[in-house]
Amino acid sequence: MLSRVADSTCWMGRYVERAENVARFVDVNLNLMLDSPSGLEQQWQPLIQTTGDDESFARRYGAATRENVIHFLTFDPENPNSILSCLRSARENARSIREIISSEMWEQINRFYLMVREAAANPPRDQGEHGFYTAVKEASHLFEGLAEATLMRNEAWHFLRLGRMLERADKTSRILDVKYFILLRSVADVGTPFDDIQWAAVLRSASAFEMYRKRHGRLSPEGVVQFLLLDPEFPRAIRFCLNSARDSLHAISATPLDSFKHPPERLLGQLCSDLAYASVKEIVQHGLHEYLDDLQTRMNRVSQGVFDTFFARRMPESGKKSTLHRHGQ
Amino acid sequence: MNFSGYDTTGFFDELIAGNGRPHPAARPLVQDIERLPPGELQLRQQAAERALIQAGITFNVYNDNQGVEKTLPFDLIPRIIGGAEWARIDRGLVQRITALNLFINDLYHDQKIVKDGVVPREIIASSKGFRRECLGWKPPRGIWCHITGTDLVRHRDGQLYVLEDNLRCPSGVSYVLENRSLMKKLFPEVFSAARVRPVSQYPHKLRDLLEYLAPDSVTAPRVVLLTPGMYNSAYFEHSFLAQQMGIELVEGGDLVVHDGYVWMRTTQGFERVDVIYRRIDDDFLDPETFRPDSLLGVPGLMKVYQAGNVALANAPGTGVADDKVVYAYVPRIIKYYLGEEALIPNVPTYLCSEEKDLAYVLDHLPELVVKAANESGGYGMLVGPHATAAALAEFREKIRAQPRNYIAQPTLSLSRVPTICGDLLEGRHVDLRPYILYGKDVFVLPGGLTRVALRRGSLVVNSSQGGGSKDTWVLARGNTPVDEEAEALTTSGSAPREEGSSC
Repeated sequence: MLSRVADSTCWMGRYVERAENVARFVDVNLNLMLDSPSGLEQQWQPLIQTTGDDESFARRYGAATRENVIHFLTFDPENPNSILSCLRSARENARSIREIISSEMWEQINRFYLMVREAAANPPRDQGEHGFYTAVKEASHLFEGLAEATLMRNEAWHFLRLGRMLERADKTSRILDVKYFILLRSVADVGTPFDDIQWAAVLRSASAFEMYRKRHGRLSPEGVVQFLLLDPEFPRAIRFCLNSARDSLHAISATPLDSFKHPPERLLGQLCSDLAYASVKEIVQHGLHEYLDDLQTRMNRVSQGVFDTFFARRMPESGKKSTLHRHGQ
Repeated sequence: MNFSGYDTTGFFDELIAGNGRPHPAARPLVQDIERLPPGELQLRQQAAERALIQAGITFNVYNDNQGVEKTLPFDLIPRIIGGAEWARIDRGLVQRITALNLFINDLYHDQKIVKDGVVPREIIASSKGFRRECLGWKPPRGIWCHITGTDLVRHRDGQLYVLEDNLRCPSGVSYVLENRSLMKKLFPEVFSAARVRPVSQYPHKLRDLLEYLAPDSVTAPRVVLLTPGMYNSAYFEHSFLAQQMGIELVEGGDLVVHDGYVWMRTTQGFERVDVIYRRIDDDFLDPETFRPDSLLGVPGLMKVYQAGNVALANAPGTGVADDKVVYAYVPRIIKYYLGEEALIPNVPTYLCSEEKDLAYVLDHLPELVVKAANESGGYGMLVGPHATAAALAEFREKIRAQPRNYIAQPTLSLSRVPTICGDLLEGRHVDLRPYILYGKDVFVLPGGLTRVALRRGSLVVNSSQGGGSKDTWVLARGNTPVDEEAEALTTSGSAPREEGSSC
């Protein structure tokens, strides 16, 4: 498929996933605030850290309050990672590849965008807020489901999944990083009911609470790290996401899983191996933050490698006929 | 809603005859509309508008602070054309495009028509659409103009005229297909009764045509649609057609010329392209041959084309026959190549380059429509009856300065179709753009884009100026027991009255 189209497909997947994750963070925090004992500061600042936009936020808004954080993350058109901006970008990308995706997918992303734009004009309040974030998550799920149900398992589908899975892995790693840091900061809280509530919230923001219970039962910091970082079967766990991204990358270039054809395959393959053989005890001992920091750097290298390999504009080289071919041959 | 107070005075109405009764072809539809409970038609109209927004069927408008995307307003009441009348339109359009293709080919080779004195040499030489670069070229299969969207209008007398030949990159066919799919959802019951001919075969026919143009050596040709990009006003159409045909939608930057072929940049390397349905103008196609500042095109493309290694539809150079001065000669062009009279007449046209015509035009400017020879989309145009004294004076000067650049036509009284205006049905002026595909044979899509001027009295159907569209129903022949045509034509001459703004 065309490099430009592959690029847009990948980003469309990323932006929809990003919007969904922002909705999750905000919604869970709204819910968590309801459980906070009176007198405790409201925890809105960590949300900004989770999306990685703390600098731009501090510059434009100053101190984090419930109102300005929610506005910044949800409807601020100048924040490129707000739900509104993500949807606008996702739709622009979809519009430029409308003939590649199914009509059902296009119409869903268009409706999704119009719904968020409408909400931005009349922001939801009180009990309407939860409904809005739920609608965002559902719209994203519907989009993903339509892609599953209407797209051929061709390059477009694989680039879409690649974008979505790299984004999801990135967001899960950020939420784990920020929450773990905050939660372990107040050692006195460990083991109290409050702590359980916080840990449950971390899991809920990744829709992981119920599945965690089935897998591990009791809540524990290490259990949460094991589940969100290393679980091979939970669809929002980093390892699961990166395995899926790797599968798509190999499907695109038709390379067997135990070898590689280009740098991003090699980088991602190494990353997946490391996660497969990692031990949560060692990770926590050496510092989870450092581990996640390194993980994010490596995931960024994969993304850059995907760009260089598939999307960057090149000229054909004379004499190198292997890159020039008729389709179907 | 009903048609009891509907006024057809002074105009030809496409659905309702002068006696207030529907034309035979429109009877089932009118009966169906009148049977709807009060308010139902408006509800379906709103549903149509919602559906267009949700489906994102939009065009881009510049310099508009409402945002860049708009939907083309759609009116539910279709225009209906009887089967026998359509057969005549079909024959007339086939005749015209056949002659025009012979004409273009002649101009770029022997120029017999010029040597025989039928079309003056200076008219051709001074036409902006005449490309010297194309002299001597042989386009694949000898066809220059593959895709045409001819504008037709009907005057008060019931006669259809050709208003313009759009031979470069005519747009609008996606609305024909989308309008139809909306109407089928909103009025399923009428469709089965009315025996409306389908239009959905267009993308298949277009793809067949494009594949037919591929170089002989290629067995499974790679066809692409070249768009200026998503900010172009017709972008929806480009992506829609590419999707419906199952071909790649490419931008100039996706293509590259190398080793005498055109390639596209894919994730797996470079793949050869054999046929390009280009939706960008000649000027921008290839900066090495045409405008050097073009960023939209593909450097070196024309050399590959000339070598026969890629086909372009339409061929470069067709614009010469789209010139509004050349237009005036089309009836003579048809006669010259085919030995036939034009089946669909031209609107009478005054050529300002001819002394006698010029004098008439300058004397009668307030009654005439004046058009610049090389413009399209309603630009560079003066509608005399609506113009201010200042605008008239300005055009008088322009015409005197460059008579070759202007033509004038009498202001036609465009026919009307009932249109939903709030709680009433009112007549609004329409034109019609059928689409013609010239490949192995000539195919005229039974239907077309009916554009409607939604403002009362307005004659401007362009989407940028308050125009909308309607579905166009061409009925299967032998549909009504009555001879539909005969009745339609005898009822058309109802006391013409110079009322409203006629055009």
